[in-house]
Amino acid sequence: MVNRPNFAIPRTVPTQSESFTEAINSEIRRAAATGIYDIRGGGSKRRLPHFDDLLFLGASISRYPLEGYREACGTGVTLGTRYAKKPIELDIPITIAGMSFGALSGRAKEALGRGATSAGTSTTTGDGGMTNEERAHSKQLVYQYLPSRYGMNPDDLRRCDAIEIVVGQGAKPGGGGMLLGQKISDRVAEMRNLPKGIDQRSSCRHPDWTGPDDLEIKILELREITNWEKPIYVKIGGARPYFDTTLAVKSGADVVVIDGMQGGTAATQNVFIEHVGQPTLACICPAVQALQDLGVHRDVQLIVSGGIRIGADVAKSLALGADAVSIGTAAMIAIGDNDPRWEKEYNDLGTTAGAYDDWHEGLDPAGITTQDPDLEKNIDPVLSGRRLSNYLKVMAMEVQTIARACGKNHVLNLEPEDLCALTIEASAMTGVPLSGTDWVVGKGASL
Amino acid sequence: MQIIDLEKVGLRRVNEMLQAQSSKLTHQAWSIMNPKGSHAIAVGVDAPLKINIDGSTGYYCGGMNQKARITIHGSAGPGVAENMMSGSVFVEGDASQYAGATGNGGLLVVKGNASSRCGISMKGIDIVVHGNIGHMSAFMAQSGNLVVLGNAGDALGDSLYEANLFVRGSVKSLGSDCIEKAVRSEHIELLQRLLTQSNTDAAPTEFKRYGSARKLYNFNIDNAFKY
Repeated sequence: MVNRPNFAIPRTVPTQSESFTEAINSEIRRAAATGIYDIRGGGSKRRLPHFDDLLFLGASISRYPLEGYREACGTGVTLGTRYAKKPIELDIPITIAGMSFGALSGRAKEALGRGATSAGTSTTTGDGGMTNEERAHSKQLVYQYLPSRYGMNPDDLRRCDAIEIVVGQGAKPGGGGMLLGQKISDRVAEMRNLPKGIDQRSSCRHPDWTGPDDLEIKILELREITNWEKPIYVKIGGARPYFDTTLAVKSGADVVVIDGMQGGTAATQNVFIEHVGQPTLACICPAVQALQDLGVHRDVQLIVSGGIRIGADVAKSLALGADAVSIGTAAMIAIGDNDPRWEKEYNDLGTTAGAYDDWHEGLDPAGITTQDPDLEKNIDPVLSGRRLSNYLKVMAMEVQTIARACGKNHVLNLEPEDLCALTIEASAMTGVPLSGTDWVVGKGASL
Repeated sequence: MQIIDLEKVGLRRVNEMLQAQSSKLTHQAWSIMNPKGSHAIAVGVDAPLKINIDGSTGYYCGGMNQKARITIHGSAGPGVAENMMSGSVFVEGDASQYAGATGNGGLLVVKGNASSRCGISMKGIDIVVHGNIGHMSAFMAQSGNLVVLGNAGDALGDSLYEANLFVRGSVKSLGSDCIEKAVRSEHIELLQRLLTQSNTDAAPTEFKRYGSARKLYNFNIDNAFKY
């Protein structure tokens, strides 16, 4: 006879674990069934201290504002003024981050180039080399120099507008690239000089240098090959921003790009994305401090990336000391990624619009993270380029709106004094006083 | 023959003169004196020049070379002929780490020994080393040919893709997914050509061939501890 619970006795209600959540449990079951770690695209999805935890104070009696639409507020920025003969002049302080042909379709890359060019800013290649299409559609193109060196050649070095040496990436500081076999089309395989259909695991370290002393010589070589014309960026993941920025400057970088953990990737292990690296907000001030300690703030420009979504995020980055920002995920959304118009197709893939991140599988119905010729037709590069251009211009106007409200005639004149923090975490990370107080959390403590 | 004293002229001017030959070829033969271990000598050259460097060089000599034949009459520092596209680089002495790293084409010849990671991530270059090579050589080598007349160190060809490795002497150990393979007639022909080009009379039949087992090309949980 089976014993039944005696419901006459009071019982505690069934309680789900805060540690073993349904998401965790489902991942355990998935790992047990497949024997492979969870791979996905994008950046960290967890709640992190963020730009939303800061506010601008605006003007009042002690500060007076500039008139919107009437009094000028500049948005232009020049990158690469330290050593390069030909620095990059951008109309807006928002650039497009590196995303590879391979990870993205050719049409998506074209849309990024069109949008960036229309808005007066630069776009960036990725792991896999430079395509003629993206060069043709990008007025200002930054050429990434990555550990894999896929497609790297001196002709493309000479025809780019700047070189970005990628040391690390916010989504996976310390990790290399990953492009699974499903996306290795004939053209991608040819550009990378690898067999079609294999899982490509790019190196996490550069093959011919280790450490800042070597990096200095590598930068010398790249400058010599390109007649000292190209600005040289060094991109670092949000690991140890103070020391890494210091060493990048010491190595001779013109521009430092710091990428926090909300920064996306085409594909890597979820455990890497969610558990390695620091939030973007936590990376900015140590990087700025390093530049100030070296006496090169504004001479070596700082680009911040990782989770930038709206003009307010841009303005807060600039106020904290950045010279520009870079966007990847937001640019993809602007050109059609995760658009609800593809909801049925996302449902067929077992997901929903807004949550789709299996970019490595190459089945993107929006035609962006795919190499499938039929799916690729779902993106119109002209229309998507226009949308990206619109979005970039809106963000630039939002930054102007905030800057004018703070009395600034150029967006780069925004400063920490214009900000307050809503949380003690944000105050501690940015050195900005907690709202309604003059308390800067952790003031006096070392970075 | 154009003779340049690097010590007097400076690195920038030397490279500028060599690189200018790509737009207008005025002098084919060049001699660079007093390199004294300077870095980045003769990088980014894109013309069919004959460049002799009279002494030892620092990092990245001949980097990204296109078409030129560069001879280093001494030893070479790290990354000699890195990412070479075409042409050739001959090192009369020894080569330090990463010789021929990521090279896409051309021929690198090291008359002495090459240190660790020789041919790392090579992408089509041919490398011939008359002496020995160090550990982790041909790591993640994608394509091209590495020929070693002496011995190879630990973990040869780790995570190898489609490059061919030929070793006449001993191999201390093979890296993950690198195995010995049969030497067929086309390999003998290939070896003969490379050995002739690199000025050695070694017999092609004395070499063993190593290549990828191709078992790590796609992830398999049962191979987890080989990664």
